[in-house]
Parts: sequence; C-alpha cells; structure tokens
Amino acid sequence: MTTLLNVKDLRAFYGQVQALHGLSFSLNEGSLTTLLGANGAGKTTTLRAICNMVRSTGAIEFDGKPLNNRSTENIVRFGIAHVPQGRGTFTTMTVEENLQLGAITRKDSAGIVSDIERMYAHFPVLKQRHTQQAGTLSGGEQQMLAVARALMLRPRLMLLDEPSFGLAPLVVRDLFGILGKINREDKVSILVVEQNAQLALELADHAYVIETGRIVMSGKAKDIANNEEIRKSYLGY
Amino acid sequence: MELFTNQVLAGIATGAIYACMALAVVMIYQAIDHLNFAQGEMAMFSTFISWQLMQWGLSYWAAFVLTLAFSFAAGIAIERILFKPLAKAPILTNVAGFIALFAIINSSAGLIWDFTIKQYPTPFGSAPFLGSQLISTHQAGMIGVTVLLLLGLYFFFQYTRIGLAMRAAASVPESARLVGINTSWMIALGWGMATAIGSIAGMLIAPVVFLEPNMMGGVLIYGFAAAVLGGLSSPFGAVVGGFLVGVFENLAGTYIPGVGNELKLPIALALIISVLVVKPAGLFGRHIVKRV
Repeated sequence: MTTLLNVKDLRAFYGQVQALHGLSFSLNEGSLTTLLGANGAGKTTTLRAICNMVRSTGAIEFDGKPLNNRSTENIVRFGIAHVPQGRGTFTTMTVEENLQLGAITRKDSAGIVSDIERMYAHFPVLKQRHTQQAGTLSGGEQQMLAVARALMLRPRLMLLDEPSFGLAPLVVRDLFGILGKINREDKVSILVVEQNAQLALELADHAYVIETGRIVMSGKAKDIANNEEIRKSYLGY
Repeated sequence: MELFTNQVLAGIATGAIYACMALAVVMIYQAIDHLNFAQGEMAMFSTFISWQLMQWGLSYWAAFVLTLAFSFAAGIAIERILFKPLAKAPILTNVAGFIALFAIINSSAGLIWDFTIKQYPTPFGSAPFLGSQLISTHQAGMIGVTVLLLLGLYFFFQYTRIGLAMRAAASVPESARLVGINTSWMIALGWGMATAIGSIAGMLIAPVVFLEPNMMGGVLIYGFAAAVLGGLSSPFGAVVGGFLVGVFENLAGTYIPGVGNELKLPIALALIISVLVVKPAGLFGRHIVKRV
C-alpha cells in the first residue's frame, strides 16, 4: 500500500496561539482514516492546515509532492476535496449550481454532466430538489449536498470535518453508509474528523486520536474500538 | 396625458443610467462589502478617455469599445494596487481609500482636460424617436444599450462557468476557495466589469449632462439611491431601483408643486428613506432562507 498523505511535525497557529504541537500521521491510498478527539483537540485545525487555511509549519506531502506554501485553491487541483465544518453550502444558489461549483476546476463538460447524474443516483433527494435554493435544504440534505459537491471534483482524497454534526442518528447512519460505499466503490481515500467516535470507528479502517494538538494513539480502528482503556480515557464511551 | 407619458419615458431613459451605476456599485459591494464612492469619478474619467480618442479622430464606436477595454483594465489595476492590500483593513481605512481615489481621479481629469464644459457626441442623434415627440433617439439609445448590457450580464452570470464562479466567490468566499476558485482574481474581475459598466453609463449620459470632471456627482447619488432602494444584495433590485428612481425623479419634478429641478434630488432621497424604514433590506434585498 502506498502512502497518499504524509504529515510530519505539523504545527499550526492562530495569531500567537499555537493549536498543533508537532503532529505526525499518514494515510494510505484507498484508506478510510479517522481523526478522533475531544472539542478543541485540533482536529479541525489539522484539516485546515492541510488545505493551507491556517498558518502552519512542518511537512505535508500528498502523493510525494509537498503541499506547503500552496494556496487553498491550488491544493484543490491535486484532487483534495475538503468538506468544511458547517458544510460550506452556497445557500443562495440552487442545488445543481452547488454541484457544478464542485467541478469548477474540471474541463470535461460531458464528464461533469454525467457525474451530476451519478450524484443524483447516490443521493436521490438532491435530484428532487435540484432547482431549489440550497439554503432551504434540511441539515442532513445539506450534508449530502456537501459530500456530493466534494465528489464532483473526482477527488483522490476527501477531507470531512464532522459530517455527523447536528444530524439525527438515522441520517448519520445513512450518510456513513454512503461514505463507506464511496470509499470502496469509487476508490476515494477519506480522512474524516469526528466527535462521534463510536460511529467513526465502525466506518474507518485506521484511526488516530488527538489530544491538545498531538497524536496520542494510533492503530487499526478495530483495535482502538476494542481497547476499553483508550475508549474510556480518550473517547468517552 | 402626453406630458405624463413623456415624463415616464424620459425617466426610464435616465433611469437606465442610474441602473448601470447602481449595478456597478452593487457588483463591487458584493465582492468586497464596501460602497465605491469613486465609481462616478471612474466613469467620468473613462468618458474623458473616449472623448480624447474621438478628438484624435477615432469613430464613436471604436472609441466606445477601446474605452470599455481601458476601463476594464483600469478597474483591475485599481483593485490590485489599492484595494487588495486593504482587504483586511478596517472599514474606515477603506472609506479613506475610496475618498482618496475620488479626489485623485477628479483632480487628474481637471489637470489633463481642465474644468470647462465640453460637448459630447451621441451616436444616436437627437431627433424625435420614430417621429414621436415623446422621446428622442438618444434617449431610446440609452434604454436600448442598457437593456442589451443587462441581458448580456444576466447571461454571463447565469450560464457561464466564470459567472458562476464569481457569484460563488461573492457569496461564500471560503467554500469558493475550497472548490478551487481563485477568489482574489474574481474580486479583481468584478472591479474590471463594474468599471466598464460605469464607463458605459458615463458615455451615455455625457451628451445630456455635458462632459466635465464633476459630471457624475449627481448621477452617482441617484445610483447609490437606486442600489439601496433595490437592495444592495440584489443586482436585479439595483436595476429595478435605477428605473424607479429615474421615473420618480421626473414625476416628482413635474407634478409636485414647488419641487422643480432644484428639489428633485431631496425628494428622491426622501422616497428612499421611506422605503428603507419599511423594508430595511431594500425592495428586492434577499432575506436568505437558512436552516441549521
């Protein structure tokens, strides 16, 4: 298995405040990896640092190429799709325009049209509402739209920031089922940040646990889920 | 009745110009959240450029097209040089920047072309339009050019990828960057387009108000009024606002006793304040529906 994303000694700063303290981890091609940890542990910051949305030092390599010092919009062109916290929906635009925006860096218009149809097959509710203003969708539907928008890039790696946030448990199950399917069938590697550790560990193959800006634990998702000590001290269930 | 029709049509003609100015203001407002006080001066300077080109012997339409290109480039240059560095500065710093720009352009125009009033040609002539006394060919031309421009812009923003990208960059900049849009260049592009639109307004109104460095002062105030009336968040509203303000201005001047030419402006502004008291977002300002 080849390493797709390699992060070494990552330190990130919000003004004078340091949020990550030398964090290192890697993600294999085709894997579904989860970053777990409590509120404020640095999960979101890690994703934002990968896309250069926060000042950081350290090495970030994607497919062997360094990502540091590239602009956010440039990093997208490597095939990294980031679904931010709060979903980042273009609320005043239609559902279909949101999907087109996901593919705005692509040039193959025929491929884009067929990919939109593919997204409607994955998420039938989006087809029903394709002319509707995206802001009128429910939270769960907007999360589906955000995932679909990210997939429109035909990404090699998808970064998901708390996709379960604010969603009903049944909707979360549904969404995670789709994420697993995308990972297996479309061969998209996924890095998902979650507070809902139990669900994330069921879905992922590999897991890292972050505490105050450092990796404190890593391993196969199954092993971490079965280790009562880790569960109690870090994951709280 | 003929007087009424005449005033309404004339109002639509000047309203077209207000609509263009309002649209230019709204485009920049959507991109950077500031009102461009220098929009009128930029339009005035562009109009002088076209006048100069015609003095050098170019035909009207050649000068028109070259001026559009110049304005587009100048708008981008102003954004890159002056306002990009101010992007994260406080509001007042930006306001100072706009006032400085206003003064610089106004004085430079005076320096280069002096402050005497100049005649400006119209390509449409000023004969009665289609033999009717209601409206002149130039007024009809103003309306025609504006309608073409608006249709073109609608098509651009609704059906082209770059138009979609510009809308996305203006509405949610962070998400726009995350799908790979260079939002910084989209802002510059918005400046270029707004400046070009303003130059069209300047060139169309110059035969009416005559060419001089302060020609756009009143026009810009009406343009602002139109933008606020229609809603700063809505380009469509800005255009409708422009036409409404133009018509209202004329009707108030004609039918309200004692208003006349001098009091037209305060009356128009009073109307706008009344609208804002009732509808703070403007007539078409979007109340964004949002669920969490």
